[in-house]
Amino acid sequence: MPGNSTPSQTVGPFFSIGFDWMNRADFAEESAGERVAIQGRVLDGSGQPVPDAILEIWQADANGRYYHPEHADTRNNVTPFVGFGRVPTDGQGQFSFTTIKPGPVYGPDGKPQAPHLQISVFMRGLLRQLVTRMYFPDEPLNGSDPGLQFVPESRRETLIARRTGPEGNNLEWNVLLQGADETVFFDC
Amino acid sequence: MKPLLGYRKPAPGTQPNHLYPPYVSSIRRAPRQPLITIPVTFSEITGPAFPKEIVSPKAFDLTRQHKGEPLGERIAVSGRVVDEDGRPIRHTLIEIWQANAAGRYLHKNDRHDAPLDPNFTGEGRTFTDEDGRYRFVTVRPGAYPWKNHFNAWRPQHIHFSLFGPAFATRLVTQMYFPGDPLLEFDPIFHSVPDEAARRRLISSFDWLSTEPDLSLGFRFDIVLRGRNATPMER
Repeated sequence: MPGNSTPSQTVGPFFSIGFDWMNRADFAEESAGERVAIQGRVLDGSGQPVPDAILEIWQADANGRYYHPEHADTRNNVTPFVGFGRVPTDGQGQFSFTTIKPGPVYGPDGKPQAPHLQISVFMRGLLRQLVTRMYFPDEPLNGSDPGLQFVPESRRETLIARRTGPEGNNLEWNVLLQGADETVFFDC
Repeated sequence: MKPLLGYRKPAPGTQPNHLYPPYVSSIRRAPRQPLITIPVTFSEITGPAFPKEIVSPKAFDLTRQHKGEPLGERIAVSGRVVDEDGRPIRHTLIEIWQANAAGRYLHKNDRHDAPLDPNFTGEGRTFTDEDGRYRFVTVRPGAYPWKNHFNAWRPQHIHFSLFGPAFATRLVTQMYFPGDPLLEFDPIFHSVPDEAARRRLISSFDWLSTEPDLSLGFRFDIVLRGRNATPMER
């Protein structure tokens, strides 16, 4: 037994040197499904924008399958990046990306999760990543999602994106690190 | 119905808390509400598996990315990536980034008055092999001042980013050097409460990976979270 896992340390202020090569604004270009454009901001405890944060998104495809040997049949999948995206904030703490809406992922008990993006947040000042999820608005499965059930009702809204246009596929979702509307983060 | 096996929670004190006030940037950026535990789903036990082709076979060598060689002490950094049960983590992506030998990052926000090196970017990538082993060639990064407190200096370090087999095994950390006198004063290093856990962030000098007449060698083994043997309690 080699013992416990290696401790996490902050990404610091200069992570773009190592991370930028994999940034992408549209990480589902070749995938079938309903395209959604998501934008938002990362704000600190003073309400100030965080200009040096990075989000990593992990998601299932439109059929609710993760591109991973423990879930989907990956043999016929030709798009190597399916399901993963890396998105930095800009000088105003804003991020934006386009992807496809994932389908509901079923558990071994046969119960579906509500469609969601699994998200890690990294920045200077965070000694380890924060884990959160973005859910979709007006989604009937949100009411029975096995994860959302464990979130106090008053805080669930922090995990659900809002529509910003008549089109329905433009969404806004923000990451608030502290304060009355602090985003829910998970012990993953 | 077979329940899903999640990944083990860290032993107490072996990972930093989000809030560690001596690291001043954590005060406004660490969440204040407790983290919420939810049942294990496929969202945590799956994760990206990158094809090898996305990384150039030359990307492990940070000393050969420009016309000339960077200044500084040439070193090899190698090690093995395993999980908490000692199983090798095969074919997983490792990304590193670091300051140059003078302690300066090639980044617009680094204002430290130390020279940039036109032959050094400080960016490296590789995949672990069949046995979880990896190797980088680089130069030893310099220490540099930062604004956390009066006369604060970061110990020499290389940033490491690893994915492992699942979203839950993602790890970003820093590798330090043995005998660095600045470690004692560094709040980021000391954010890990457990001393034995902290020590695992320090590489060891490794004669076996030195190359005679070429470079010294340091060994940095990395342990990612292990899998639960029994289903997670809800």
